[in-house]
Amino acid sequence: MRPTFSIICFTVLSGAGYGLLFLLGLATAFGAMPTLRSQSPLELARFALANPLIPNPSLALATALAVGAILVATGLLCSLGHLGKPARAWRALSQWRSSWLSREGLFSLLSFVPLLGMIVDLIARPTLSSPSMALRACGVLLCLGCVATVVCTAHIYSSLKPIRAWHDRHVVPGYLYLSLYSGALLLTALATLGIPTQTTVVALWLGNALIVAPYAAVSKWRYWRSIDAHGPPRAGAATGLDRLGSVRSFEQPHTEENYLTHEMGFVLARKHSRTLRAFAFWSILLAPMSSLLLAWLGGGFFFAWPALALGLLGVFVERWLFFAEARHAVMAYYGR
Amino acid sequence: MTTLPPPSAKKLGLVIDLDTCVGCHACAVACKEWNDGGDFGPLPDSDPYGKAPNGVWFNRVHSYAVEQATPQGSRELTVHFPRSCLHCETPACVTVCPTGASYKRAEDGIVLVDDDKCIGCQLCAWACPYGAREISPQRGTMQKCTLCVDRIYNETLDEADRQPACVMACPTRARHFGDLGDVESAVSKLVAERDGYALMPEFGYQPVNRYLPPRPRRDGADVKPPPREETLDRERLPGVLRWLDRVLSR
Repeated sequence: MRPTFSIICFTVLSGAGYGLLFLLGLATAFGAMPTLRSQSPLELARFALANPLIPNPSLALATALAVGAILVATGLLCSLGHLGKPARAWRALSQWRSSWLSREGLFSLLSFVPLLGMIVDLIARPTLSSPSMALRACGVLLCLGCVATVVCTAHIYSSLKPIRAWHDRHVVPGYLYLSLYSGALLLTALATLGIPTQTTVVALWLGNALIVAPYAAVSKWRYWRSIDAHGPPRAGAATGLDRLGSVRSFEQPHTEENYLTHEMGFVLARKHSRTLRAFAFWSILLAPMSSLLLAWLGGGFFFAWPALALGLLGVFVERWLFFAEARHAVMAYYGR
Repeated sequence: MTTLPPPSAKKLGLVIDLDTCVGCHACAVACKEWNDGGDFGPLPDSDPYGKAPNGVWFNRVHSYAVEQATPQGSRELTVHFPRSCLHCETPACVTVCPTGASYKRAEDGIVLVDDDKCIGCQLCAWACPYGAREISPQRGTMQKCTLCVDRIYNETLDEADRQPACVMACPTRARHFGDLGDVESAVSKLVAERDGYALMPEFGYQPVNRYLPPRPRRDGADVKPPPREETLDRERLPGVLRWLDRVLSR
């Protein structure tokens, strides 16, 4: 399948955004962020002096939520680039009964309701000592919305039977792990900017390095092993002529490329897949761990940013391969 | 609505005879011509007379060599294979559509795209293993075989002409149009008689169109040897007949 830039950007950016929002929603729901909230004007002033960019802890949370919202919105706008008629995109919300794409659109928009609610609440009442029930409820809804949207995104691909590499049981967990992984990288990097306590940052960083990253990387490795176990689709099976003998295409229906061969006959990835897979696997696995080591050895929290860059690059390569390596059943007719 | 209608009794579709198809592409050309000028037209191409012409065609004719082992050694059959929408009974191209543009008609089972609703997301093309859908970059929407719905019910045409353009054009009558839901229809009988088959049934989309396999080729094994010359013992014939035999043998 042709790795369309707009779709890769969409899935990587919105995946990272939803991962970030999920973690922020979870933290809010469990009240894990109240230490962020200043209780005395003195503490607030001290925090503001230490962090001139983000003058108060609730605004820090609101800013992180806004970063997530911007990533998700950018991803959604990127996905419009893939449409032949982007102006009609609103129609895509109507068929949620049968279409995963429609469900994804619906959940992505619904997630914005608790998200915007949280941002408004945090800005309006910045000195609240602990999250209100409404804020916690918004956090729960945001978590659910994020999981639902990423599950729908993954199901768009995993529900397509003609593309064997997508119709695979490792696709949905892979999308979820990588979304959480890139969200955690992002939150770690953002947290180094404005959180007064170091324990939160280190816990997040360590959790990503020791739990999420290995899960994500191993899940991808299993996925690659699973898709390699199946041969390419064959002309004999596609035409039903295999009952007569061994079938080979000797003449194509057209001398030039057409939409199908252009969209579904992408072969470049297979040539370089080993190298790219190794790069994606190791960069996803090692980005948080190596950066944490460097930070611990004295490099400081700054290393969360190179880790974010390397990890996202790994996810980007993984997503490129996800498209580029997938073979579509129709190519059997073309003998490709 | 992209949820599927209840199964229809009427299942309009095509039966394609791989035995008689000669791979002339007349069906593909006639289809392109009709759909460029019919109710759905025009069907624009990019760079049609230039170096890299590209455009939507609803019919594509592939050509395959089928290698067979025979007692006399291996030989190759040439099979021309027209590929178009199979108007599946449970088409994934319809259920994946997020807008409701893609739909299956409840009354006759034809799968169509509503050009006013399609957003050109191409998910239906990904969902179809038969390559029946192509996007038109000029229109920005998905295009597919309509089973010439603007011909088959068109009362301004002679009744004999109310058939898909590809069927009308086929010079070897390798294409047949009819109701495959009716066991008594000519196409259903043809399918029963010739062991017509569906393409890639393992996907579970239940294509309506059927393909008739090439008939077995003569490989010489079934040819009867020429009758042996009868021998006649002339000495045992009566005199008159012996004379007659000599006269006729001259």
